[in-house]
Amino acid sequence: MSEPKYGPGDRVQILDIGKPGHVRTPTYARHKIGVIERYCGDFENPEDKAYGRWGGAPIALYRVRLMQSDLWPGYTGAPNDVLELEIYDHWLAPAGGEAV
Amino acid sequence: MNTQPPEHDHDHDHDDHRPTREDDDIELTEREATFLALKSLLIEQGVVTADEIRKRMEFNERGSPHQAARMIAKAWLDPDYKVRMIDDTKAAAAELGIETTEAKLVTLENTPERHNIVVCTLCSCYPRSLLGEPPSFYVSKAYRSRAVREPRQVLKEFGVDIPERVDIAVHDSNADLRYVVMPMRPAGTDGMSEAELADLISRDCVVGCALPSEPDNR
Repeated sequence: MSEPKYGPGDRVQILDIGKPGHVRTPTYARHKIGVIERYCGDFENPEDKAYGRWGGAPIALYRVRLMQSDLWPGYTGAPNDVLELEIYDHWLAPAGGEAV
Repeated sequence: MNTQPPEHDHDHDHDDHRPTREDDDIELTEREATFLALKSLLIEQGVVTADEIRKRMEFNERGSPHQAARMIAKAWLDPDYKVRMIDDTKAAAAELGIETTEAKLVTLENTPERHNIVVCTLCSCYPRSLLGEPPSFYVSKAYRSRAVREPRQVLKEFGVDIPERVDIAVHDSNADLRYVVMPMRPAGTDGMSEAELADLISRDCVVGCALPSEPDNR
């Protein structure tokens, strides 16, 4: 297990890598910018496992926190409502800016 | 609450004993037929026995909301256990003799400032070892699409009104982790035993769609 690339509070962008098939990055979260909530450990890539390709190198999984108001135009809940989801390393890029 | 059954007078007949589910004597789908053919082949060739398959199915379905309720009730009473449960939910389950098959379990603590709710938008990921099979609402497209987009309205429809001053955190269980919500201990429960407290915690509380009953209001 290598050292995780991101730590809690790091700003990241969720990518759209255009990969078809059994991917675990929901469409609604793609292109959005959020912060790392925690590093979850390394897991085998479900995009491979779904097709019987077991035994690949585990990759880092992170929980990313997004503001609901950034996700949904016209979101009517409270301003600090958040959504958290799990994103694999290869679907993330540093977003720049100050860590929060 | 009135716990007496309603008076049973006989202005209805008892002929209406239909099964609670549609009979399943419909034609097999192609997948069901393939499954049955494969299963008989595996048994015939001695790869597995029918009993092993049955045992595995029973094992897969052994979870029940009572497992999670026991853990939460213990956490309410024992602050050290609560810390351990938040730190490592699988290990905390093992302490109570509860076997978990999920790779990683995470406990989300409700606080006066934050209410947590869990959804799997992509399919039906669910902490089955601690809660059993997911309820039908959890796998419905309506819940999966709306819980992320308008959690407050969804919660209102479940009878849970979260005030504006409390933030809502929606957790999309979209990959390898599985989540249990630890609700806040309700008022009026001082002096209650672990078993009594566990009775207040329903399945939906652990998904974040309900709040624990108050003791006189079960």
